[in-house]
Amino acid sequence: MIEFRKVNKWFGSLHVLEDIDLTIEAGKVVVVCGPSGSGKSTLIRCINRLETIQSGDIIVDGSSLSDAKLDTVKLRTEVGMVFQSFNLYPHMTVLRNITLAPVKVKHVSPAEAEKIAAVLLERVGIPDKSQAYPANLSGGQQQRVAIARALAMKPKIMLFDEPTSALDPEMINEVLEVMTDLARDGMTMVVVTHEMGFARRVAHRIVFMDQGRIVEANEPEKFFAAPESARAQQFLSKILSH
Amino acid sequence: MNYQLNWSILWSGQTGGWLLNGLLTTLEISSLAWLLALTLGNVAGALRTAPIPPFRWLASAYVEFFRNVPLLVWMFFWYFGMPPLLPQALQDWLLDHGAEFWAGVCALGVYHGARFSEVIRSGIQSIPKTQFEAAHSTGLTVWQTYRLIIVPIALRLIIPPATNETLNLIKNSSVALTIGVAELTFQTRQIETYTAKAFEALAAGTVVYLVLCLAISTLMAVVERRVAIPGMIAQGNASEF
Ligand SMILES: Nc1ncnc2c1ncn2[C@@H]1O[C@H](COP(=O)(O)OP(=O)(O)O)[C@@H](O)[C@H]1O
Ligand SMILES: [Mg+2]
Repeated sequence: MIEFRKVNKWFGSLHVLEDIDLTIEAGKVVVVCGPSGSGKSTLIRCINRLETIQSGDIIVDGSSLSDAKLDTVKLRTEVGMVFQSFNLYPHMTVLRNITLAPVKVKHVSPAEAEKIAAVLLERVGIPDKSQAYPANLSGGQQQRVAIARALAMKPKIMLFDEPTSALDPEMINEVLEVMTDLARDGMTMVVVTHEMGFARRVAHRIVFMDQGRIVEANEPEKFFAAPESARAQQFLSKILSH
Repeated sequence: MNYQLNWSILWSGQTGGWLLNGLLTTLEISSLAWLLALTLGNVAGALRTAPIPPFRWLASAYVEFFRNVPLLVWMFFWYFGMPPLLPQALQDWLLDHGAEFWAGVCALGVYHGARFSEVIRSGIQSIPKTQFEAAHSTGLTVWQTYRLIIVPIALRLIIPPATNETLNLIKNSSVALTIGVAELTFQTRQIETYTAKAFEALAAGTVVYLVLCLAISTLMAVVERRVAIPGMIAQGNASEF
């Protein structure tokens, strides 16, 4: 479904992604972890072309991202993304936040889009909030709306960039539950997170990054029981101690 | 003191009518110029933040060119300098339809458009980059993102400085008297010359500007409350989202 082939990217002289090779099959959940600044966000932002790469290639659902003829809009209708900071549209109701892209990008009729939105709001557990404005929701509710907004495009792939890092501890679980459900339904997911409990339960594979490289990629049981690299051991002992 | 106050010149006879006409002309020239300024300002302000460099250069050139030359010079430019460059038919039409008025609208609108654009640009730049990215990630194009999300948010955030610019525009419409537009200040001067009642005439002009500007700032405060983003205090606190 997603394939990185010898991907390299620089920000000026900073080599943020170095010879990345990674294959993610359809229906799999991959958790990306690693220290801050290691290139996790950059890695997943390349998948929907929020960042461009300088060498190598990325194949998403059979299309090469280095193909100049590839339609970015079409790519983005197939790849949903959820950000750390929610980024809902503050001047629109929850309902309109969710229906905007289906109506404007996919030209779904407003009535149809509202039906889809109602189903999604039910699914993320806030069916009664369709008329609320983002600022009147808790962080956990906002993030669930953001997930519903991405799902409204019926994507094949979902990217999550630290979706619970901005949340108060008591709200983290409600978001992780929605993500777990989505994984159980067979969504292909790439998740940057430090929630190692979630990674252990849901991920098919853990990718550990450090300084722009993939240091280790393994099944969760192996990764947590016996990380191969010293960097991963260090990282895990730090993160699991609290 | 042997100056005899005579307030009745303000509402009786010919001079009273002049005052009213002056007010109407001020309202006309200001509202047309305001529409022009808001349109130009919106476009230029948005382009100054666009991800496409030539658009940014073009908008910057507009802003720097027009806001760095005195408004009075622009008045003369649009009134004396511009018409000879126009097609003869348009020149003739202008001559019959108040050339000075349209020159005044252009001078005020284009000059204040450059200033409005800075207000709009700062509003757009106070919106976090991730807001653009979230919209793009759902497949919205740059144009759709600006039109549906960024500009509507920015316009709500900039109402206080935009009010300020609106009041400046109204007050600056008095500069149009220099090219012969019979607006409020022009008429108060005319009343003063005709009746020799300088104090009354100028007092009237002052009060009319004051009332007009107070009415507009009150109206804008109401608008600000009406369109405020729910849950956000109308303070332009963009860190909330
Ligand atoms: N737009 C950018 N311009 C320049 N440097 C950037 C940019 N985005 C990220 N970086 C740098 O690239 C490195 C990797 O960033 P990022 O992918 O966000 O890391 P992570 O998500 O793992 O914390 C960091 O050193 C960061 O400062
Ligand atoms: Mg990051």
